[in-house]
Amino acid sequence: MSSALLAGRRSRVARPLQYLALAGYIVFLGFPLLFLLTTAFKTPRELQAPDPTFLPQSLDLANFGLAIAKANLVQAAGNSLIVAVSTTIVVTLISLPAAYALARFKTRLRGIATGWILLSQVFPFILIIIPLFLVLKQAGLLNSLLGLILVYTVWSLPFALWMLQGYVAGIPVELEEAGAMDGGSKLLILVRIVLPLLAPGLVATSLFAFISAWNEFFFALVLIQDPALQTLPLTLARFVGAEGQVQLGQLAAGSLLATIPSLLFFALIQRRLTSGLLSGAVKG
Amino acid sequence: MTAATASPIATAPAPRRRRRQAFRNSRDAWLLTLPALIPVVLFSVYPLVQGILLGFTDAKAGLNQVVTFNGVDNYTRLAGNELFWNSFRIGLVWAFGVTILQFLAALGLSLLLNMNLRFRGLARTLALVPWAIPPVIIAIMWRLMLNPSYGPVNEGLRAVGLPGDINWLGSFATALPAVIVVGVWAGMPQTTITLLAGLQNVPTELHEAAAIDGSSTWQRFWHVTLPALRPIIIAITTLDLIWNFNSFALVFVLTAGGPGGQTMLPMLFAYNEAFRYGNFGYAAAMGNVMVIVIAIFLFLYLRSQARSRLS
Repeated sequence: MSSALLAGRRSRVARPLQYLALAGYIVFLGFPLLFLLTTAFKTPRELQAPDPTFLPQSLDLANFGLAIAKANLVQAAGNSLIVAVSTTIVVTLISLPAAYALARFKTRLRGIATGWILLSQVFPFILIIIPLFLVLKQAGLLNSLLGLILVYTVWSLPFALWMLQGYVAGIPVELEEAGAMDGGSKLLILVRIVLPLLAPGLVATSLFAFISAWNEFFFALVLIQDPALQTLPLTLARFVGAEGQVQLGQLAAGSLLATIPSLLFFALIQRRLTSGLLSGAVKG
Repeated sequence: MTAATASPIATAPAPRRRRRQAFRNSRDAWLLTLPALIPVVLFSVYPLVQGILLGFTDAKAGLNQVVTFNGVDNYTRLAGNELFWNSFRIGLVWAFGVTILQFLAALGLSLLLNMNLRFRGLARTLALVPWAIPPVIIAIMWRLMLNPSYGPVNEGLRAVGLPGDINWLGSFATALPAVIVVGVWAGMPQTTITLLAGLQNVPTELHEAAAIDGSSTWQRFWHVTLPALRPIIIAITTLDLIWNFNSFALVFVLTAGGPGGQTMLPMLFAYNEAFRYGNFGYAAAMGNVMVIVIAIFLFLYLRSQARSRLS
């Protein structure tokens, strides 16, 4: 904050340059999004006009209808939703007790877990996907949403666990001890004291799990071949090759629709997500 | 933030009695962790070990294939595979290119965001949005942006009188640089937010003292801010480097490795080897070679961390 004060006291030349740089960043980051939005509403004729306007001439929704019909977006969105919601529930349920244990008990587990969390972030997935492909094939889980849910659960678990245990560590252990002195059982203390305080952390963690499952592409590409089971990213990637070369408007419309859920979730947790990551970054 | 500020309470030095209790509780800890541990061991530790081992076999896709260990055969074959080394070189150019540009862009943005400027909130939100967008959609969006005939990038070039018919993703000279720019766009959030967090932790007293001593903005940045940020810079660039080296979806949808293999990242190459040609063992061997590169990055990171701790 006070570095900002210092900046204010500084020369008058720097300020306009700073705004110029900030404007540059806003254009670089924001323009592609804006372009995607306007393209989705343009008719094919508008898109191919020799002197295109930036804004669409009318709010034409035809692209959305066509994209939904052609790329089978409804079915794909259904699949994505099933996978993302199930992953979120399973990840939350199994990371909750584990996060508590990691944050509260000083065992060797902590070191192992931290090591695994780091390792899971840096490994090239090609090494994991081949054996996983073989294992799931043997178990009859290839080409099934259940198999995909399993894989997503395991691979979003490390980061979710790391986030959640940070939130547990933030709850003063004295509160639990006070509860124990009042004669509450361990379970009662956990449900009545720890769980309510952990609610924001649980929200952030579960939304993280949701977004990563909703956005994932590589595992789905390898593990799902049946067109009826494709998730949204798969369907859209196929659409790029098939129709997307010509039907730019439809491609943009489909992409826009597929982004809405994760953007909404993101808007909900933006503050928590950054603060959670900030604490991790500062500690690390 | 709450986690960081409150955690010292939780980890405060425990009295001796508490320590004994913790020891007794270690069985509970295992029990609580078990539901997470079992799937992780079954579906990530086991495949990982298996994957490394596969790199020393002649495993192939298909039913009833007999898998035999062939020692270092895969690696002697790889050593002579020019296409793979070319893809490796492209992977390194991509990873370093994206990481360095991303770092410089994110550093500039986080410095601006740390100042009291108007529109700061808008820039902050925009810097985070790429995070929420699936990589596949980021790729689609940039395909539209870079479209040779209708894309706004060429449109803009034409508007200022430059040649506006560049096939960004389709020609040999521009494909890799264009893909790198998209990589920078997609990876801005993590780096910006991490650096911003670091900037907010630089003690303001240091800045004030330096200002009183009459040092310029640039001197303060170079001698106060940058050294204080050092550990965070090293950590985030190492992670970025590894993430970028492993990246797949973005480039797969942008160019699928083309034109003529100009953007064939190692992950794409290994993916094709495994799932288009069915050479599982050979592809896993490529994965093992990638692990060595990542291990070198990590080693350099840990060494520089240890060194900064000593100094």
